[in-house]
Amino acid sequence: MSLIQDVAGGGGHDPVPGPPPLPRKDKGGKGLSPGASFALRKTGAALGTLFFVLVVNFFLFRLLPGDPIGMYTRGRNVPAEQLAQLRAELDRPILEQFLTYLRNPFSSTIDSAQFNRPVWELVTERIWPTLLLVGTAIVLASIIGVWIGIKAGWKRGKSFDKVSTGVTLTLYSMPEFWLGMILLIVFGVGVLGLPGVFPIGGISTPGVDTSSLAGWLDVAWHMVLPVTTLTLVYLAEYALVMRSSLVDEMDEDYLTTARAKGLSDKFVRRRHAVPNALLPTITLIFLNLGFTVSGAITVETVFSWPGLGLLSYEALRGPDVALLQAIFLLFSIGVVLANLVADLLYAVIDPRVRS
Amino acid sequence: MAVLELEDVSVTYRSAEGAVPAVRGVSLSVDAGRSLGLAGESGSGKTSVTSTVLRLLPKSATVTGRVLLEGEDVLTMKWGRLRAVRWATASVVFQGAMHALNPVQRVGHQIAEPIRLHEKSVSEPTARKRVGELLEQVGLPSRVAQSYPHQLSGGQKQRVMIAMALACGPKLIVADEPTTALDVMVQQQVLGVLADRVQDLGLAMVFISHDLSVLASACDDLAVMYAGQVVEQGPSDQVFDDAHHPYSRALGGAYPRIGDLRFRYAPSGLPGDPPFPGEAPSGCAFHPRCPQAREVCATTDVELRPSGERRWSSCLFAPEVGT
Repeated sequence: MSLIQDVAGGGGHDPVPGPPPLPRKDKGGKGLSPGASFALRKTGAALGTLFFVLVVNFFLFRLLPGDPIGMYTRGRNVPAEQLAQLRAELDRPILEQFLTYLRNPFSSTIDSAQFNRPVWELVTERIWPTLLLVGTAIVLASIIGVWIGIKAGWKRGKSFDKVSTGVTLTLYSMPEFWLGMILLIVFGVGVLGLPGVFPIGGISTPGVDTSSLAGWLDVAWHMVLPVTTLTLVYLAEYALVMRSSLVDEMDEDYLTTARAKGLSDKFVRRRHAVPNALLPTITLIFLNLGFTVSGAITVETVFSWPGLGLLSYEALRGPDVALLQAIFLLFSIGVVLANLVADLLYAVIDPRVRS
Repeated sequence: MAVLELEDVSVTYRSAEGAVPAVRGVSLSVDAGRSLGLAGESGSGKTSVTSTVLRLLPKSATVTGRVLLEGEDVLTMKWGRLRAVRWATASVVFQGAMHALNPVQRVGHQIAEPIRLHEKSVSEPTARKRVGELLEQVGLPSRVAQSYPHQLSGGQKQRVMIAMALACGPKLIVADEPTTALDVMVQQQVLGVLADRVQDLGLAMVFISHDLSVLASACDDLAVMYAGQVVEQGPSDQVFDDAHHPYSRALGGAYPRIGDLRFRYAPSGLPGDPPFPGEAPSGCAFHPRCPQAREVCATTDVELRPSGERRWSSCLFAPEVGT
């Protein structure tokens, strides 16, 4: 890209002609660029957090009151010898049990009580519908939310700002399951004699082959209401954050510099104000990513969307302890990973973070 | 011919408390190759005056009078014309040590931005080469272009600001407190770089500072502002050494010169605060703080009058010159 050596990474040798010497980057003596050592540090911290999550997830479920075997096997006909085997497993020293658990945290010694299937199988099966639903909603919400935030913040106090801030604040304070139910009643069931247009639940019409084009369209049709619900709720937050961080940037001196250079209002906004204002918003979006998966619990339940959210609702209703344990672990991993991505991404987009 | 001519310029801000007159009828002119220092305390209207040159004032400000940049009135320009004039005819050296540089863009990119904007024919490699040359002209190695502002010291950032201001070969440079946030050593270096460049290129410069000694060493002429008005104007060494207005004297005395016995025995400061804009006292606005004020000062309106060869003062007791 450039003709000129990188000051930070290049470790240039040429003497500085001007009196003030250039600050040299401290490379920590390991020969790593600041970016790489930053990434390593953050990844290490994330791994540490993950281990902590494993520990908590193991011991938390052993702190639950009551007969663990009774809870694990609730509502099922378990032969006496298998029960005895389970009790023997739980009678082993706790550290030994923990090591066994660490070897494969997702495969519980017992299957899910409700579904009578290995929890790992259940969880992996349900992960894709959730990723599809939440992913689509987040992509839509960040695009629309950021757009609204820019438009409102740049012309602060104008009518678009007033209307959009009012609407987003209302959406922001709405419980997502309530919004989902309203949409479901209005557009799924139908009101005032109007028929409902969209399916009231599920991911596809029973009997439709989801690998065909028609099947894809059917799934997309089923996605409309739950995706709209989640999008409206998420975009409200993104729009509000984007607006306020743009308003914060508006008084910055470097925008006056940009205007003095003769840039038009549009370019001052696009090239200078928005890239800076986006920084906190992008972090927020990625930090939220971890929570949004678990946040979809209520919306998935309202729309009977066969994802992790609905699965955790079903596991909680049991309670299906083995399943819950696996879901808890997965959600925690999601949050830790999203945090890590947010940290690393922030370093990529903001040069100040790397040093 | 004057590169910049201000004729009876006033700036009024609208605020919740009503109209605030920050600048009241200022007239100045700067010729090519000359530099004018604008001195005064914070709030005296220095930056408001110079912000009219590129029309950089906020929307709440109303500007009256005429601001002629190479004979063309900036205040009546269409937006397209104004954008073309900005940076190409007149550029600004902001307080780069603070936040005048975009924190997430490499400085080379920021210096090249006005070149790409105003000179569409310049190719990318040429623009990059010019950025390197500009940086070397202000005493920085060309590889600084790859740095982000936070990787540079205050003095280096200020040099980058100067390089940026020179990017499009302007006729006029407005330096708005370019050395204020720097320590004294670096201040001298940066000042030297700026003065050299302006002199070599034969540019006109308006230099704002509250430090009269800095202005006296960097500028040919001085204008001292108080409460939105110019109270004294003249060649900088004369104004600094032999002020015709008590306020200029006080301002000069606030920055003692080492080794000068006069400062040693007369440590001076100025009691009181400048008036809030819009609450300027009657008569001479300075009279409540003036050590030489008499009764007439509170009742007689003052205006800038000749007080010597190429000198003007608004003080009633300034030397009289036959008109």
